Amino acid sequence: MDELNITSAQYCISLTGSGNGDMIFIVVDGETMHVPLAPGNRHYDEIMRQVEAGTLTIADADD
Amino acid sequence: MSKAAELAALIGGTSGSSLSNRNLIINGAMQVAQRGTSFTSTGYTLDRMQMLTANTDNVAFTTTQSSTAPDGFANSLKVDITTAETTLDSDELFRLLHKIEGQDLQHLNYGSSAAKSVTLSFYVRSNVTGIYTVEFRLNASGTSTITKQYTISSADTWERKELTLPANTATAISNNNSNGFEISFALAAGSNFTTGALGTSWATTATASRYAGHAANVMSSTSNDWYITGVQLEVGEQATPFEHRSYADELARCQRYYVENTVCSSQADMDGANYMSARGFFPVSMRAVPTISNMTIQAQGNMNAGATINSTQASTESVSLFSLASGAGNTFVYYNFDASAEL
Repeated sequence: MDELNITSAQYCISLTGSGNGDMIFIVVDGETMHVPLAPGNRHYDEIMRQVEAGTLTIADADD
Repeated sequence: MSKAAELAALIGGTSGSSLSNRNLIINGAMQVAQRGTSFTSTGYTLDRMQMLTANTDNVAFTTTQSSTAPDGFANSLKVDITTAETTLDSDELFRLLHKIEGQDLQHLNYGSSAAKSVTLSFYVRSNVTGIYTVEFRLNASGTSTITKQYTISSADTWERKELTLPANTATAISNNNSNGFEISFALAAGSNFTTGALGTSWATTATASRYAGHAANVMSSTSNDWYITGVQLEVGEQATPFEHRSYADELARCQRYYVENTVCSSQADMDGANYMSARGFFPVSMRAVPTISNMTIQAQGNMNAGATINSTQASTESVSLFSLASGAGNTFVYYNFDASAEL
């Protein structure tokens, strides 16, 4: 896919009340997208590509 | 083969071809446009149809759902150049891409001696005449490809093209929900992709042969446009008339990959800890767990205005949202979202 212009990435809060949840909230060109932790989802695959390339860091969920 | 056997095969028997459900392309008549009807950037446009550029410097274009169409069709996909690419560099590409799930193609028997030929047919029109190419590729990031040429002979005239691919006995298509087969219609290709030999069988990808012999350059002028519709991929060595499906059927097929502006409402209870949860279902099971975007709470009761969504959880069937909003008592929430599980 085209490279995503991700300006921020953060895990959503866990439904159990603490820790990271099952989605990554990213902002792309001003739009918030909720990306599942699911290989095969093209957005998740692109996030992981950028993380592995060292160009993106995913912040932990807010407490 | 006897006439009876031929008829049985045609109806859906041993040949793998059939009278219905024979078109492996989704939205080949360009009917469904959930994302909108006009686009100025690359990416998905009309449903299942993706415009891509590589290494271009200047070109700008609009992709639209056009009402210019051949007899029997209401729509086409139109590409209109709004800023020309001043020079076609060797590494530049401009193309329309369509991907098909591997598990929907197992009846082709690729990778075995029983592999079948397939035929792509489509209606195309452009003011730019000359030789165009279509690249076919197996599996995500696969290396088994074949390229076919077609020629637009008359400017601004609908022409139907038929491209038959030989059976691929060497490479199997992965039997899963990932990209199993992609079709790439080139509108312009630099010399890095065009100077190789045009193969006659499936082969390991050679960059110089990906669009071998492609000569037309739709990007060259703002006077240029290119239309396509009636895209059909079917088993066999003959193209049959386009299989028209109802809008409802086509929309449901598209929604496996993308749903736009799904509106849901749920009742919820604001408990003492001040949180709200709600769950919305997709119209059909999606290909994979989708990305959710444009999720907006439109209205709510007993929950303070301006609530934000703090967490979501999705499956191929539904999405749940959670908000750490302040409020009390029974509430309702009315929200919308888009979901994408495109290949």
